[in-house]
Amino acid sequence: MIIGELLNSSRKSIRSLIEGQNEAALLEIAQSQVAAGADYLDLNCGAFVKDEVERLAWLVDTVAAAVDKPLCLDSPNARALAAALPLARGPVMINSISAETARYREILPLALEYKTKLVALCMDDEAIPTSAEARYAIGARLTEDLLAAGISPDDIYLDPMVQPIAVSARGALVIFDTVRLLRNNYPGVHCVCGLSNISFGLPNRRLINRYFLAQAIACGIDSFILDPTDRQLMGCYVASRALIGEDKFCAKYLKAHRGGLFAE
Amino acid sequence: MVNFAKIYNAVMEGDDDIAQEEAQALAQQGVPAMDIINHGLISAMGEIGVLFKAGELFVPEVMMSAQTIAGVIEMLKPQMATEMDSRGTIIIGTVKGDLHDIGKNLVALLLSSNGYTVHDLGSDVDAAEFVRAALEHDADIVALSALLTTTLDNMEQTIAAFSAQGLREQVKIIVGGAPVTAEFAAEINADGYSEDALGAVDLVNKLMEG
Repeated sequence: MIIGELLNSSRKSIRSLIEGQNEAALLEIAQSQVAAGADYLDLNCGAFVKDEVERLAWLVDTVAAAVDKPLCLDSPNARALAAALPLARGPVMINSISAETARYREILPLALEYKTKLVALCMDDEAIPTSAEARYAIGARLTEDLLAAGISPDDIYLDPMVQPIAVSARGALVIFDTVRLLRNNYPGVHCVCGLSNISFGLPNRRLINRYFLAQAIACGIDSFILDPTDRQLMGCYVASRALIGEDKFCAKYLKAHRGGLFAE
Repeated sequence: MVNFAKIYNAVMEGDDDIAQEEAQALAQQGVPAMDIINHGLISAMGEIGVLFKAGELFVPEVMMSAQTIAGVIEMLKPQMATEMDSRGTIIIGTVKGDLHDIGKNLVALLLSSNGYTVHDLGSDVDAAEFVRAALEHDADIVALSALLTTTLDNMEQTIAAFSAQGLREQVKIIVGGAPVTAEFAAEINADGYSEDALGAVDLVNKLMEG
């Protein structure tokens, strides 16, 4: 599954479009992600420290009214989520819950009430662990808790928390090892990750992102938060899914071929 | 005239072994540790900063050289203690509610490799803990990091805690992290902001001179 990442207020251009309530420009970006193959659209207003609640509600309402794609509400703030969730139409995803005590307690009831899908971060109150075993342990506990609370396994998207290889040489390996452990022990749940963190501090970031995506798919990550308008990246996604047998009769690969996705 | 080219180049290339051998050789020739640090290490880090800003060097290369410098400084410590003062004392940490430490660690490493005494309080640090550490170590500068938009408020509260204790005049407070902007730093009355880790070193140098 592809979650389109472009409508994020931490990007300066998006921030000013939201500030100016420029509906047309924001919807154009939303539509371009849908056309490029996004399954969900991530919406983030976290850069508005003082009025995230109002901003996110406005953005969700604006996009939901015009675009026929499920939305991914990107906030750790339960108040912002509570205000925005009733405005999303159709299926919706929350990005994100974690094993942090307060965040878990505040966000779980919202996920249950609105029957959302959930991105669940493998971190707790202590730290983001550096070893795969410790990160797996948090992911496993979180999964058990969410399942016991009545969340369906198919609605859980565990995020192993990507860290840059520029500062942590084993950053990618820890992700692969964590995901293998999670998928072996909880085959019914999904794994998701963002791509841009992995290449922070390096030149030619799109190249690193692309190869990371291919390797992450081979390890069992099935969902990504990325820029779907990056054609080479999407080509890599489609080809990699076919390579691991997740594309019956290579139908999606061939459709992408005919659609010109792989053309130079 | 002492030749620092060899240690300078070893730092540029991140070669720990050669850098430490050379530092030892210089020390045995009677070169003061302060000179080795200033002419061999800090001048190389200055050049690295210029190349990083120009987009010719990248984050892992900066870290590699910073680690080489940290290794040499560790080795020279006994000698430094007797002959040289620290350039200043820095308290650094990630604010309450925020567990991110990569950027903060990089800043801490670069500051110590530039001759500052750095006390790293880790991540998820209470405002009161920053105040306590600043008093205990008689800090010149307190450096606050935050990577989450949700913890930016805790930066403001940490600064408020220093004001409440009547310490705001004696300690400079600087801020950084992905969601922090120069405008936000001004809004919460921080004494400085830097966009990246090497900029933080320039900022600290400037504040210490001022």
